[in-house]
Amino acid sequence: MILLRLALEFFAIGLLSIGGGLATVPFLEDLSARTGWFTAAELSDMIAVSESTPGPIGVNMAAFVGFKTAGIPGVVCAAIGLAVPSVAVILIVAKALEKFRGNRYISGALGALRPASLALIASVGVSLFISAAFPARSFDWRSGLIIVLALPPMLKTKLHPFIYIALAAAAGIALKM
Amino acid sequence: MRLHTLPELLLLTLTFAKIGALTFGGGYAMLPLLTREVVEKRAWLTADEFADCVGIAQVTPGIIAVNMATFVGYKRRGTPGGIAATLGVMLPSVIIITVLASLLRGYSDVPAVGHAFAGIRAVVVALIAKTVFSMRKSALSDVAAFIIFAAVLAASLLLDLPPAVIALAAVAFGILRGALRKRAK
Repeated sequence: MILLRLALEFFAIGLLSIGGGLATVPFLEDLSARTGWFTAAELSDMIAVSESTPGPIGVNMAAFVGFKTAGIPGVVCAAIGLAVPSVAVILIVAKALEKFRGNRYISGALGALRPASLALIASVGVSLFISAAFPARSFDWRSGLIIVLALPPMLKTKLHPFIYIALAAAAGIALKM
Repeated sequence: MRLHTLPELLLLTLTFAKIGALTFGGGYAMLPLLTREVVEKRAWLTADEFADCVGIAQVTPGIIAVNMATFVGYKRRGTPGGIAATLGVMLPSVIIITVLASLLRGYSDVPAVGHAFAGIRAVVVALIAKTVFSMRKSALSDVAAFIIFAAVLAASLLLDLPPAVIALAAVAFGILRGALRKRAK
């Protein structure tokens, strides 16, 4: 039954992909090759749509594949399949943390995880900076300008992040980026 | 109706639905929104707990955004809270994608959409820089933390390894440090 298979396939993806939403892409390529539910060209469309709509990319991709494969029931099954491993693992980890708080090994692990996690965020920032500011290997002044203009008010004021997203979208359209 | 008068599970779902709906550009772009809602506005987590939440979400299986939602929801209201927050963060995606996939074909071929997202990609860089800046106090508390930060940043930029592997190496180092500290006492 296709709905059950969708849920199971996305359960496996949720369990095996660690990291950002694009970590699901190699698994989806494999899924496309094995099932023929969608073509490689449809997958690249899906990535474009998932990246350019709100929400976590991994969830968007699951919803997209679910819809292509089995309509709205497919969306529900794929989304639930994807979320179940996350929810189960995090609930176990969060409970264990509460129980062992103050344990030397756990606090040692968390003490190292915090700076490591921040470094990973910073490195995502660096990669995104390179792809935004140097899209065809030459400097795109418009991206540079948006970053330079956005940073000072971000650091000094408490405006909602969405305001910057909306202004940047408008700037992108106005400057034909 | 004021939001804070609603039962807390519904508030979790709605707060995370709002975060999901306003996030463009992937799970990392969600961080400034999450800090604002969860730490600054509602004080559901302290800055330190938030740093733990983000770190754990990165090294555990699954979509980072879903992991973070489950963690925050669990902290507030146990297992039902985790499920409520997760439903919330997924709901806008699921609805928007379903509508787009059924109504609009070639949505991403509209030139204005491409231009708008080029602009958004640039500002997401600034949003992430801001997040790193605002999390630095919790994450970089001593010299050892600073060294770990620098080593992981260098490793993830220079080596072709999955980020979770690099983070888990740092965690192993941290556990070893905890063990040595115990022996020293």
